[in-house]
Amino acid sequence: MTATLSAPATRGLVQITGVRKSFGPTEVLKGVSLTVEPGGVAVIVGPSGSGKSTLLRTINHLEKVDGGHISIDGKLVGYEVRGQKLHELREKDILKQRTEIGMVFQNFNLFPHLTALENVAEAPVVAQGRSKEEARRRGLELLDRVGLKDRADAYPRQLSGGQQQRVAIARALALDPKILLFDEPTSALDPELVNEVLDVIRELAKSGTTLIIVTHEMGFARDVADTVVFMDQGQIVEQGTPQQIFTNPQEPRTRSFFSKVLEPAFNI
Amino acid sequence: MSSAATKAAQPTTPAQPAAGAGLPPDGGGLPPEGTGRAAADYSSYRVVAAKHPWRWVGTAAVALGVLAVAWSLATNPRWEWDVVAQWFTAQSVVNGLVETLKLTAISGILGFVLGFILALMRLSASPLLVSVSWTFSWIFRSTPLLVQLLLWYNLGYLYEKISLGIPFTDVRFFEVQTTTLISQFAAAVLGLTLNQAAYSAEIIRGGILSVDQGQLEAAAALGIPAWRRSTRIVLPQAMRAILPTAFNEIIGLVKGTSIVYVLAYSELFYTVQVIYNRTQQVLPLLLVATLWYVVITSVLSVFQYYIERHYSKGAVRNLPLTPLQKARKFFATHAVTNRKSL
Repeated sequence: MTATLSAPATRGLVQITGVRKSFGPTEVLKGVSLTVEPGGVAVIVGPSGSGKSTLLRTINHLEKVDGGHISIDGKLVGYEVRGQKLHELREKDILKQRTEIGMVFQNFNLFPHLTALENVAEAPVVAQGRSKEEARRRGLELLDRVGLKDRADAYPRQLSGGQQQRVAIARALALDPKILLFDEPTSALDPELVNEVLDVIRELAKSGTTLIIVTHEMGFARDVADTVVFMDQGQIVEQGTPQQIFTNPQEPRTRSFFSKVLEPAFNI
Repeated sequence: MSSAATKAAQPTTPAQPAAGAGLPPDGGGLPPEGTGRAAADYSSYRVVAAKHPWRWVGTAAVALGVLAVAWSLATNPRWEWDVVAQWFTAQSVVNGLVETLKLTAISGILGFVLGFILALMRLSASPLLVSVSWTFSWIFRSTPLLVQLLLWYNLGYLYEKISLGIPFTDVRFFEVQTTTLISQFAAAVLGLTLNQAAYSAEIIRGGILSVDQGQLEAAAALGIPAWRRSTRIVLPQAMRAILPTAFNEIIGLVKGTSIVYVLAYSELFYTVQVIYNRTQQVLPLLLVATLWYVVITSVLSVFQYYIERHYSKGAVRNLPLTPLQKARKFFATHAVTNRKSL
């Protein structure tokens, strides 16, 4: 656990065990196992097509796994243990599980016909049964936290890419999730807008929420992660602290990847 | 042109003393050499708009054509406008109009509701629902509406009695003569509704497919329940693609209802036919019906504009002005310039 942690987190333990997933004949995940401690920040890096995003999407059951299992705080995702059998959960229960896992997408996926505040306040009302008034108040608080309180009534298309992604983060936070998943949150942004989003995620990293981040921003990964996971061809090749992975990678595949993505000027 | 050219050669307005001081007497645009690199000051020059002679020629030609048509409509006595005026608001015609509106509203609403259900069936994961929906659209889109209407009206010939019960048992809750159940009105509504449903199912399905998959994923990731996902997230966005075609369909349906004259159902078109068969004033009475269809379509088009505008919320950065707002703005700005010029 990092020293920056303000209070020891007690919830948000993610355990991934032997997860397999195929799309047609292609096996995208070939038995992936990973544990992220409560309040931990895991950053997954690797070449495109290595299965990073798919792994992330299996954690909130947007992708059903073909083998293995995932649990959060000891509870299986998408299944229920009854006797010696795993019963697939019904849609209603899966939706309930998902409210504990926030997700931020590469393309923001904000609802374009709803204002920033409506985007943030929608799910707490319909998925958690909170009052509209409470959801609104909390929504404004969260928009304030990502620095967008004055744009609460703007529609997503009236916002810049960086602002849209910050609204998307506020939307994910509105359900008070134990875990936040980031799927390349800055890949669709212009370079000068990347930092405003990364700054918000840095703040979150100190809050005790478990974060799992797929990104190509290596400098940010080194800053914020307490575990860096390198994936290639559907497998975890190597994992460790940023120090270990970036300065002293053990596997030739890791070394070859970093020699390509890290600019010569990058100081490691 | 030659006179205009000679006029243009002379300075039309005397140069203002302050700006004109440094300029050569011919009023040319170039600043004198002596001023060096300093940027020329054109602030006191008058802007002359570019001229578009051909636009004026085109406008004049079209205006002449429009006038000619209007003149012939107004002066040719064979249009018999007095007869049109006499019948336009006659009780029987208005009754027919009400029937037309009733048919349109009922089959339009029922058709789109059924179409929505068919679209959801078609998009569902159940192969049976998908194929039933597909077959429905296939049959009703590939048979002429005229045949469908006649078939429904003559259903009594195929099935003498209609009963409601449990299939493959002798349990019957009620039983009626088909001919008493299927009146002209029922046959018309049934035919128009089922036909409309087949078309609107495809329109609604197209609209739903046009919504980005990421929207559904984001909603699912937020734990928003399936029904809410459809009504709050997907449909409002699908409406933008659905509305233009849906209004096309409704407008088509308004005029399409005229086909039920084959059932001798007294809607607008049938009423007009009955009248001109009696009075022999064929063209003026067809004109009466036509004008009413134009009125209905115009009203629908206004609705369409405002409903589409409502659903474009968030899809465009700034909503365009409505015609009313535009007019208000026009008069506001022009009132100001008028006041200035006075």
